[in-house]
Amino acid sequence: MSEALTAQTVKITGFDGDEIEAYLAVPDDGAAARGSVVVIHHMPGYDSSTKEIVRKFAANGYAALMPNLYYRDAPGASSDDAAAAARAKGGVPDGQLVGDVRGAADYLRQLEDSNGKVGVIGYCSGGRQSFLAACSLKLDAAVDCYGACIVNPPPEGMPLKVTPIVGLAEDLSCPLLGLFGAEDKFPAPDETAALADALDEYGKVHEFHTYEGAGHAFFAVDRAAYRPEAATDGWQKIWDFYGRYLAS
Amino acid sequence: MCTYNTEKIQVAGSGKGAAGWFPLTDATVYFDHPVHAMAEHTLNIDFLNPGRGPAARVAVELTAESARALAAAIEAALGAVPPALIA
Repeated sequence: MSEALTAQTVKITGFDGDEIEAYLAVPDDGAAARGSVVVIHHMPGYDSSTKEIVRKFAANGYAALMPNLYYRDAPGASSDDAAAAARAKGGVPDGQLVGDVRGAADYLRQLEDSNGKVGVIGYCSGGRQSFLAACSLKLDAAVDCYGACIVNPPPEGMPLKVTPIVGLAEDLSCPLLGLFGAEDKFPAPDETAALADALDEYGKVHEFHTYEGAGHAFFAVDRAAYRPEAATDGWQKIWDFYGRYLAS
Repeated sequence: MCTYNTEKIQVAGSGKGAAGWFPLTDATVYFDHPVHAMAEHTLNIDFLNPGRGPAARVAVELTAESARALAAAIEAALGAVPPALIA
C-alpha cells in the first residue's frame, strides 16, 4: 500500500441545509471502488490531531470526511477557539449532529469511486455521537471509541446537556465496534456491558473490546492518556471491522 | 469524560490575546479535557469578549492543584491591600 493520499478542506451541506466546513482525505491508489468513513471529532474540536486520523483512513484505502461540528459557532476560527465558543453555547445538539453526519455520508457516497458503503467513527463525545448517528441513519459500520452517556445519565450534579440514548439500540442500522479502556470511568466497564446487553436484546451485531491498563482517550497520541499497546491493537480491530463491512 | 460543566461570569478588565490587548466582558470556568496541557482533565479558564469573535480569548489550562493554589493566591492578594483600594 503506497499510503499516497490527497487531503483538502471542502464545504458540505449539513443539518438544516447549512453549508459547513469539512476535512476530506482520499487515497491516491487508483482503486475503482472504495468504502468511506465519516470521522466525528472529539469535544476539543476539529483539530490537527483528528485531521491526522482522517488522513490515516485515506492512507489505509478509505475516503474519509470530518465535518466541523463547530463551524456554525465560529467560522474560520482556530479549532481551540471554536471549541470554546461551542462549549459556551452548550455543545452540539443531537439533531444537528445527525444532520451533519447525514450530509457528510451523502457527500462521500457521491464521490466517483465510492462503493456506496459508509462507516462512522467517533472519539470521546464523538463515540456517543457515532452510536447516535448509526441509530438515526442508514450506515454500514459504526465504531464507538469510549463514548460516555449512551446508557448512564451524566453524574448527578453535572449539568450535561446530553441524555442517555441506549433506547435507540433497536434502531441501530449497522454492526457496531466498541473500543474502551478498563480504567475509564466514563464510560466505565459496567456501562459498556449494559450497552452490549441492550444490543443483544435486539440481536444487533456488535464487537466490544475493553483494554486493561487503558483509560479514556487511549488513542490520542498527543495526550498523556495515550496507551500505545491498546491503540495499536484498536487500530487493527478497526481495519479488520471496516474491512469486513465497508469493502467493495 | 466531556463534562460541559461550565461556570459563566461577566467580568470587567482587559486581556492580551493573539492580536494584542482587548477589553474583557465574559469568563468561563470549567473542568474538562485540555487542548494543550498534559493531563486528562484540567481547570480551564477562558477570558472572552464574544462581541469581538471567538479569537478574542485568553485561555489557561491548570491542574486542579494549580487552580486551587491560584484561587487562594487571588484571595490572598486581594486580602492584603487596603479595602479602600478595591472598594
